[in-house]
Amino acid sequence: MEFFLISLLNGVSYGLLLFMLSSGLTLIFSMMGVLNFAHASFYMIGAYLAYTLGLKLGFFPALFLAPILTGLFGALIERFGLRKVHRYGHVAELLFTFGLAYLIEESVKVIWGLASMPYRIPAVLDGPLFTLYTTSFPKFRGFMMLVALAMLFSVYLLLMRTRIGLVIQAALTHPQTVEALGHNVPRVFMLVFGGGTALAGLAGVIGGAAFITEPSMAASVGPIVFVVAVVGGMGSLAGAFLASLLIGIVQTFAIALDWSLAGMLAAVGIGVTESTPLYSLWKLQLSQVAPVLPYLLLVLMLIFRPKGLLGTRAD
Amino acid sequence: MLEVRDLNAYYGKSHILHGVHLDVGDGEIVSLLGRNGVGRSTTIKAIMGMVDCQGSVKFKGDEMVGLKTYQVAHRGLGYVPENRDIFPTLTVRQNLLLGQKSARRTGRWKMDDMYELFPRLGERADTQAGVLSGGEQQMLTLCRTLMGDPELVMIDEPTEGLAPKIVEQVAGLFEEIRKRGISILLVEQKLAIALDISERLYVMGHGQIVFEGTPRDVRENAAMRKEWLEV
Repeated sequence: MEFFLISLLNGVSYGLLLFMLSSGLTLIFSMMGVLNFAHASFYMIGAYLAYTLGLKLGFFPALFLAPILTGLFGALIERFGLRKVHRYGHVAELLFTFGLAYLIEESVKVIWGLASMPYRIPAVLDGPLFTLYTTSFPKFRGFMMLVALAMLFSVYLLLMRTRIGLVIQAALTHPQTVEALGHNVPRVFMLVFGGGTALAGLAGVIGGAAFITEPSMAASVGPIVFVVAVVGGMGSLAGAFLASLLIGIVQTFAIALDWSLAGMLAAVGIGVTESTPLYSLWKLQLSQVAPVLPYLLLVLMLIFRPKGLLGTRAD
Repeated sequence: MLEVRDLNAYYGKSHILHGVHLDVGDGEIVSLLGRNGVGRSTTIKAIMGMVDCQGSVKFKGDEMVGLKTYQVAHRGLGYVPENRDIFPTLTVRQNLLLGQKSARRTGRWKMDDMYELFPRLGERADTQAGVLSGGEQQMLTLCRTLMGDPELVMIDEPTEGLAPKIVEQVAGLFEEIRKRGISILLVEQKLAIALDISERLYVMGHGQIVFEGTPRDVRENAAMRKEWLEV
């Protein structure tokens, strides 16, 4: 029971962090059709900016400023880069963001160096939040969940309750019609790209402190973000939310479990020994294959349900 | 009010419009007729800046070619797309709100005017627009554009696939629009409604204007109708 509850909490908090990361990607994709390969790079920028700003201003001002600066940078990239590339089609856009990801990584190395940054959790948020049976749940994990939920709620309110939200929702599917009604759709695209990258930046502020801030951090979360977006359904925020939690929980549980095929066979009375063919495969533990599970899910999803859990567009 | 001269439009490499010219005066209802694929829809899309084009489109004396679509809309040109291009996941009320160009600017049409003209829209104000019937969706696209307070509204195939009773209602709305001093450029394939309400008509063929005249001229010219309109 203790193991189950703690793993569930850890899974949900990791899932919520994934959601912070992938919601921006999903928003950008559903609206602009741009698969932003550099999305995780904005996560990295958020972490580095938060570290640097935090040195002078402290963690909490950095928590607000770093996402805003990341979003501004994203908006500039859209305005002066992507918008020009847009007329050459989605492949050109994809290649553009691919190149951008490398550019950002190399720039980070030049500015901050190769070593990881001593970006730590602030003292107020360090330590256990509560203790469940014998295991303690860290404060920062709780804070991470709080920030993610606050973000989810704000994005929801913005999209559902404001005029700009209506314009964004309509432009998701009918950009030309929206523009013919007199709305500046290119500017809306810039806002969405800026907003989406700001969300990634926010995830970076949190993720950088919780895990590690180094030049390879973008590359390490990049693929998983795509898994969330595809499994949830390209273009569906609710889908991204579900998929984030699902992947967060599956991965957390899988890492902690030592189940193997050999063990399961043994339980039903079939012995697997070193002489059994493919012995190394049989004895693989779930925890050993945990990192592969999301990608397995990605591949299966694309084969059996290409539009994802809640996706609306199959293209 | 609207003067189109030597308008050429392209989809990629194919040349769709070959020097189209047309005029719409203040408060006038003008129809643009022709068979499918002759470039009627492309003409109004080109006027709205939605396709690549060359030539001149003057609205109230200002050149529109080269402006972005939203800028053209802000100058007072309204466009009602064909195929009832509503926003299906938003409610009827939200669709109408999106017709307004800004939250502050209100024009000669209010939300209640729309509900009065089409009580069905009022009854279904909080329903998702996607579940409305074809006729209701058509009314919604029209009303949505009117909420933006255009001075000239271009309407693409408003009666396509509608029941005769709804067509009557739509024709009634055109009268209401004209009463409020708004000009209409109507794109139609069918003659009936266009002949009844238009002051002047243009007929298109092969990306050009091949005929222009009054409803009477069209009625009397059987040869032209046979060559360019009848299927």
